[in-house]
Amino acid sequence: MNAVDTALTGKNAMKLISGNHACALGAIAAGCRFFAGYPITPSSEIAERLARHLPEVGGVFVQMEDEIASMAAVIGASMGGVKAMTATSGPGFSLKQENLGYAAGAEIPCVIVNVMRGGPSTGMPTRPSQADLMQARWGSHGDYPIIALAPASVGEIYSETIRAFDLAERCRSPVVLLYDQVIAQLSETVTLDNADSLSRTERKWASGARTAYKPYDGGGDGIPAMARPGAGYRSHTTGLTHNEDGFPTQNPEAVSRNLSRLFSKLERHRDLIDSSEELHCADADVVIVAIGISARAATRAVETCRAQGLRVGLFRPITLWPFPETTLCQAAAQARAVLVPEMNTGQLRLEVERVLGGTPVEGMHLFSGEAITPTDIAVQAAALARGT
Amino acid sequence: MLIDTAAEFDVRDYLRKEMMPHFLCPGCGHGIALRALLWAVHDLGIDKDKLAVVSGIGCAGRLSAYIDANTFHVTHGRPLAFATGLALARPDLNVIVITGDGDCLAIGGNHLIHACRRNLKLTCLMLNNEVYGMTGGQVSPTTSETRLTTTTPLGNQEPHFDACALATAAGAGFVGREVTHHVPKLKELIKAGLEHPGFAFVEVLSDCTEIFGRKNDMGSSPEMIMRQKSDIRPSAYRDTVDTPFRPNSLPTGILTKNDRPEYGAAYRRAAAARSGAS
Repeated sequence: MNAVDTALTGKNAMKLISGNHACALGAIAAGCRFFAGYPITPSSEIAERLARHLPEVGGVFVQMEDEIASMAAVIGASMGGVKAMTATSGPGFSLKQENLGYAAGAEIPCVIVNVMRGGPSTGMPTRPSQADLMQARWGSHGDYPIIALAPASVGEIYSETIRAFDLAERCRSPVVLLYDQVIAQLSETVTLDNADSLSRTERKWASGARTAYKPYDGGGDGIPAMARPGAGYRSHTTGLTHNEDGFPTQNPEAVSRNLSRLFSKLERHRDLIDSSEELHCADADVVIVAIGISARAATRAVETCRAQGLRVGLFRPITLWPFPETTLCQAAAQARAVLVPEMNTGQLRLEVERVLGGTPVEGMHLFSGEAITPTDIAVQAAALARGT
Repeated sequence: MLIDTAAEFDVRDYLRKEMMPHFLCPGCGHGIALRALLWAVHDLGIDKDKLAVVSGIGCAGRLSAYIDANTFHVTHGRPLAFATGLALARPDLNVIVITGDGDCLAIGGNHLIHACRRNLKLTCLMLNNEVYGMTGGQVSPTTSETRLTTTTPLGNQEPHFDACALATAAGAGFVGREVTHHVPKLKELIKAGLEHPGFAFVEVLSDCTEIFGRKNDMGSSPEMIMRQKSDIRPSAYRDTVDTPFRPNSLPTGILTKNDRPEYGAAYRRAAAARSGAS
């Protein structure tokens, strides 16, 4: 029995697999049945896995002519009612931004994996980075809401991929899965969930009379029901600003009303979306804030500091966007200083500074294509904890 | 839903009346093309619930909103890529792409050649009016040589694309061209495209009276349409190109038709064979 069978038939199994492999299996377990992609290092293993496994489960894999087309095809498949995903890295993520904005504006569920490699431009294709945090939030033009998840282990890539599909369907939003090259190609032991116990969230489908259906009426929870082509609703979807009927409008009131609902819809579902992890934050003089492989290193650094009697803790956003402001404020309430180790020039630090206001925030920024080591973080955190 | 194909065609049965009046300029040929498309849909008895229309950006792109079907108005140049995902995910739908010459051949050129090569069951209707009309009349990949546009004030010096030759060379299983003057012939051509099992590319020579014709003293819409019918190329064409790569009179009708395997069915067959083997 191969790993796909295991993911689908409900037999729990331990597997030693890479992060990208775990992502592919998580997608299948979540009900993803369409993948369109374009080869790019270091994400290609996701496409290669799904090219093999999707046809085995009645799904479709297609390698498109470019990154832009891949994003478009994913949205097209999702508009057809099928859970769909693409995976890419830096330059490809840039190319996908226009259509990603379409998915945000037209509210088409989809999952986009961005395995972060060194940039800017072609950068370092085989080296890790964490420099696409702000692009994941603000990469497409105009204001729009988006969800981005930042797993830190192979096991978490598996579970967060499943959660990405759940959130995409539940919130009718694109969801970006952001992780660095290190955990993408690192192999770890993963427990594949019992398929029967997995949540298989389906989007809210239109029901009832066609005449009463409004494609962009948010209803009680701000998330409109979607019409499945063929179900008799014959609705219109556009990237233009639209009214509740789905047709283009530039009426200022209709534009404001519909965009206000769009901009606020994720805020109304923060209980579903938010996710973070804390380690020894309650009494911490110094709180480290980190994601991905940097958080893995920071975990070791916290242990080292605690062994020396230093009160150091770790706050790790798992949902990166929307940013977990409230939980970070609580976690860092006692902290005299905050340390942000990250593989970029300070993208996460900017956000932490914004949220924490008066607390001194120090960054540790490495952009050499290497991962930050536990020792380097421990030295810096210990110095902050000792007030030196 | 069964539709009596012999029933008389009334275009209003296929339009969203709440979207009227439409926004096309007086004299624009796109409305004629839209009517021919809907007539073909009617003749074939295609269920509107199973009809999906994907369109790009520009004047042609706006047409999807007028059609009473499952309609998707997507990003500039990308309707073929969106439609590829939709058609692969939902082979039960009839997927039609409406695009313009700029949308299809310039920003979307890569998607066109690969859609032709892939040969997925889709019908692509490219309305060629030789100009970017919606943005105010800039030169397009099909603007005839010497023509004036807002971005070719010296007259266009770039050779134009022959979209049908391009589609044929890229491997499309069905390629055809028609002018808006011949509505029944255009309808029959679109029907043949819709019935083709693989990728079908249909170019419609449309006219942009307001933005393009006016600037080039081409007269009113009937005059432009009659000129297309007889000879779309300006006489200066032969004088400005040493070795014309296309004849002065454009070929119309079905230009290419072959029975290359349709991609979606081939993929599903291969997947079924793999599943059965394991």
